[in-house]
This record gives sequence, structure tokens and C-alpha cells, in this order.
Amino acid sequence: MRDTISPEPLLQVRNLRKSFGIRGGLLGRVLAEVKAVNDISFEIGRGEVVGLVGESGSGKTTAGRTLLRLEEPTSGEIRFDGTDLTTLSADGMRRMRRRMQIIFQDPFASLNPREKVREILTHPLRLHGIGTASDRPDRAAELLEKVGLGRDSLDRFPHEFSGGQRQRIGIARALAVEPDFIVADEPVSALDVSIQAQVINLLDDLCDDLGLTMLFIAHDLGVVEHFCDRVIVMYLGRIVETGRSEDLYARPNHPYTQALLSAVPKPKPGRRRDRILLKGDIPSPIDPPSGCVFRSRCPMASAECAEIVPPLARVGAGHFSACIKTT
Amino acid sequence: MTMMQELPQGETAPASRHPLLVVRDLQTSFRTGGGGSVRAVDGVSFDLGPGETLAIVGESGSGKSVTSLSLMGLLPRESGRVTGGSMRLEGRELRDLPEAAMRDIRGQQIGMIFQEPMTSLNPVHTVGKQISEMVIRHRGLSKRAAMDRAVEMLDLVGIPEPRRRARNYPHQLSGGMRQRAMIAMALSCEPRILIADEPTTALDVTIQAQMLELMQDLQDRMGMAIVFITHDLGVVAEVADRVVVMYAGQVVESGTVHQIFEAPRMPYTGGLMNSIPRLDGAHRGQRLKAIRGTVPPLTELPAGCRFNPRCDHATDICRAAPPVLEEAGPGHLVRCARWRDITLDLMGTE
Repeated sequence: MRDTISPEPLLQVRNLRKSFGIRGGLLGRVLAEVKAVNDISFEIGRGEVVGLVGESGSGKTTAGRTLLRLEEPTSGEIRFDGTDLTTLSADGMRRMRRRMQIIFQDPFASLNPREKVREILTHPLRLHGIGTASDRPDRAAELLEKVGLGRDSLDRFPHEFSGGQRQRIGIARALAVEPDFIVADEPVSALDVSIQAQVINLLDDLCDDLGLTMLFIAHDLGVVEHFCDRVIVMYLGRIVETGRSEDLYARPNHPYTQALLSAVPKPKPGRRRDRILLKGDIPSPIDPPSGCVFRSRCPMASAECAEIVPPLARVGAGHFSACIKTT
Repeated sequence: MTMMQELPQGETAPASRHPLLVVRDLQTSFRTGGGGSVRAVDGVSFDLGPGETLAIVGESGSGKSVTSLSLMGLLPRESGRVTGGSMRLEGRELRDLPEAAMRDIRGQQIGMIFQEPMTSLNPVHTVGKQISEMVIRHRGLSKRAAMDRAVEMLDLVGIPEPRRRARNYPHQLSGGMRQRAMIAMALSCEPRILIADEPTTALDVTIQAQMLELMQDLQDRMGMAIVFITHDLGVVAEVADRVVVMYAGQVVESGTVHQIFEAPRMPYTGGLMNSIPRLDGAHRGQRLKAIRGTVPPLTELPAGCRFNPRCDHATDICRAAPPVLEEAGPGHLVRCARWRDITLDLMGTE
């Protein structure tokens, strides 16, 4: 565990919702509404690394983007270091972005193919008025070194790098403005296994060395467990369980978390007989089940699960679960 | 002549005494932009026994998918070509078989499933029609009997209301059901071999768990052999009887799933194992033991062992000559000049 965790929250999210209208027909009317993020609340402490885990349709990526106001929240409050981001002007938000950065999943799509690494890394510095035109390239070289690339990379284009190296450039770009908080949106999902491990180690080191606060979004529970202090599990737009990594992995409370953990293939030979198999597909977020969103696939569900949206209830120190059957 | 060919037959694995499929020294080349060519598959050999599951595992550029495309005769015609070796299915050479003959083999004796179900499914026909046409072509059943067979297969793969679903077009099915429909089609003519190329890679883990269970259940019932191509060692451990590990176009290690996971000999295999984050909490807070560097492009392969620039155990002999596959145990092959001298440092699997 990192020893830098302080109880003081850097980020406080209250009742955050983000809905998208699905338009269609000749007049482009809103035909349906997707509640991608449906009333979630959580905090991230200064220096804490929190994993946000979920499968397709869980809303994890939308949640991460909405926190940075890359998507406008439908309602709710996002307090960053005391300031409510939802009320900030465009200019105020632009200044705030210097402190909040994002690393994307796809290192191939997130870097401008026509810019050399020098431009990619000095552009955010220029935008935020950091340094002078003459010392910015040195700053860019320092950033490259921090992520394990040489100065000679400055004059190369993104296509000259491998996937893992491109992700390192994406990380260097996010670090350029010396942010306090980083949303890492599936940063290793597109990489080969051996490269994944390198990038996870790099992020781990950077969090320790720079005291970064991070929301690490992933579908892979193994990656999250390895270096996150705390985990939040989402399913169809809602938080179903949250807790410190060691508690949540050792004693998953919510039936979904239990199934998700049991579904991860383990590198130990032999057919798995103890696995909790969920029935059916993940429902569409356009038409989620009433009451508990997980009930349509839950092995424990009963009639009352359709009636109540289960609140997050305490099941241990800092460990909360949203299930009327297990809490 | 490769080392594999010099090994006594039958020692590669117990199940291979009467192998269904024998691949020897397979070479597949691709034309590159500048008029040159690269050997994407370089001397791959393995046997597949009846009812057995063989996993071919590797990262990008390892040649695992090109190996499967070569087997199925589905290499892109303009650029890819099998340039050497042999692939015998129950004694019959598949290499250079005319496309029409290969098409028959693909439906009847070899079924195929892919990462993306729409690679197999035709969007303009109902799933029932697609499966029944396959059965009519390869089995000569009547239209009605073939449709019954299609419904039976959809039922077998766990699609609810199979008779109604048979009248659906692929886009009317959920992602998980499309995956099941693709498996139903691949197995409708009861092939002896199913080639599954990254079949669960695009799926969420809870759906992946359903698919792995389904494939193993179908194998128990129908007895087909499976060639499972994947990059995911966790999946390999669960499904495979035997494992072939590929790196930069070559087999670098092969053996039973227990040999590969419990006593790997090739440093690359050990490195892959250590790269997977564990769920047991034993190593939380520790750094992962990553393999340094990246997979070399096929146009810039290092001299000697192709893995040597990334290997912690490499010495001058590893740079001097390419290592051959040697037998490290019964049916356990390893391509490492130093396998006798080194001990791999593995993080525990428990």
C-alpha cells in the first residue's frame, strides 16, 4: 500500500448523472434515453489510486470523462479540491484542466499522427503558459526520460513507435502540465501482455514518485488489484460495490462482484468447476431492469429486488455494497 | 530440416499417436511493400490428437493467427502464401489443395470461429437459413431436415427459443447470442476439428466465462478437437491439454498444459507468466516482473535467438546462433540454448 494516502479528499462526486438522448426519425427527436451514469457518489483521497471496474455498458468510461467535464454532467456535483467543477465557466474549467489530465486507451488514436513528439509534448505547455519557447523542448525531453524514452524520440512521429511506446508518450503528455489528478481510461487494454506489465509498472512508479491521485478505469480486475488502493465496481450505470482492494478481493460482497471475480481466468491449469456463471447477456443501458440493475442475471434475485434500488450499505470498514440480499 | 522432424513421432504427446492433424515445418510468407517478403510463420510443427485441445499462444506478431489462417486456407491471396512444410488432416495433405476442396474441408471437417461473429455470419440471411444451407451443402439433408438441424444446434449452444431465433437476422441477436450462433454454425456438420481464433477476446469477462464453459461442454458431447488461438494465458490454462508458445514466427516452447504452466523452460514463457497480474493478493504493491523491450518486427529480427535482446539470461551463445527446439522432458520442447543452465524465477501461481 502507498503510505501517502491522506484522508482529505481531492475529488468528491455527489449524485452524478449523465444521460444521453438517442435521436432518430426525420425530426431527430429524442427516442430514448441512456442513463450511462445513474446517481453515483464517491470520493478520492489525495494521493490515492482508485480502480473503477466494469464491463460494457457499466458507464465507467462515461463517468471518467464526465469527471473532467469532457462530457457535461446531467446533474450532480463534482468537487475538485473544494471547487465545484459543474459551475465553472469554460475559462475556469480550462485553467482547472492543468490540474486534471486523462490518458486514453488507444495510443494509436489519441496522438496526432502529423505532429512530432516534440510538438505533442510542448503543445500543452504552451497552452497553459508553462515555461518559455526555448526551455520547453528540454522539459519535453525530461518528460520522455520519466516515461522511459530517450531524447532522440523528440523528432520522431507517433507511427515510428510501438504501441507500448506510444502509450508512454500519451502518459508523458498527460504529465507535461504537472497535474494532481489523472483519469487513466483503460490505458493498457490495447497492449500485449508483456507490454501491459511495463506500462503498469511505469504508472505505479509515477504515482509513487509524483504523488499523483488517479482514477484507473479498467475491465480487468487483475490489473486493478495489483496497484489500486481502492476499487469501485460499476454495473449498468450504478456503483454496486466499493472498498479497499484487500477487502473487496478477499471478501467480495455483491453477487455481481463475486461473479466478476470468479469469471477471470486464472493461469493455473485445469477446468474451472467452481465458477459462478451468470445467465444471459448484460442488458442494454437503454432499458435497464427496474430496482436492482443486476437482478436479471443475479443468482440470488427475488421479487423484491425489482421493487427497490438497493442503497450502498456498509459491510466493513470503508467497504460498501448495494444488495438487499447480502448486506 | 528442423529439430522437430528428427524427434521420434509420438513423443510430442500421448494423444498424438494417432493424430488428426499433423503440421510439420510450416512456413508462411507475406509480401511486404518494398517487393520483399517476411516469413510470418517459420518452421512451425505440432500434432493435434482426436478430442484434444491445443492452445497456440503468443503476442502480436508471434504468427499464431497466420498459422491458423494457413491451416484453414484463408490467407489473403494477394499477399500471403504457404511456402514450405506440410499440413496433413487424417493423412491428407492440405497444402496447395484447390479452393473448392478446401471449402468442403472447412465446412465438414474443420469448423471455425473467430473473434468477431460477423466474420462468419452473413447479415442478409437469417441464422437458421445460414446454418441449414451449410448442412444441405455438406450433409445433403433435405431443406426441412436441415432447418431442424439448425434449430437443434441453436438449442445445443444455449440460445433460448431456438425455433423463433432461427428466423432472426444476425443484427436482431445480442452480442452473446451472435457468438453462440457462430459456434452453432461451425459445429453444425460435426467437424472433427474446431479452430477458434481469439474467440473470446472481444467479450466481457462474464460472457467469456459462459463461452469457455459452452465450448468445453460441447467438446465433451461432440468430441471434436480444438485448436485455440489466444494471447490470454489465463484462458489457455483453463481450456488446453497441450500448449504451443510462439514468438516472432517460431514455436519457442510446447508441452502439456502442466509442463508449460508449472515448469516452463523458455525464459519468454516464464516472462509471460510473470507479466499477468494475479488476483490472489500475494503480490499486491509489488512491481510486476515485466519483460523489457518490445517484440521485434519480422524485418528486423536479431541474430541468434529471436528473444535474446529481451532476455535476462542471454549470453554470447544466444547471440551467436539460432537455438533449435530441444526436448526438455517427455513431449516438452524448448527453444533455448541455455535451458539446462538456467532457473526461471516464477512468481507463484497460488
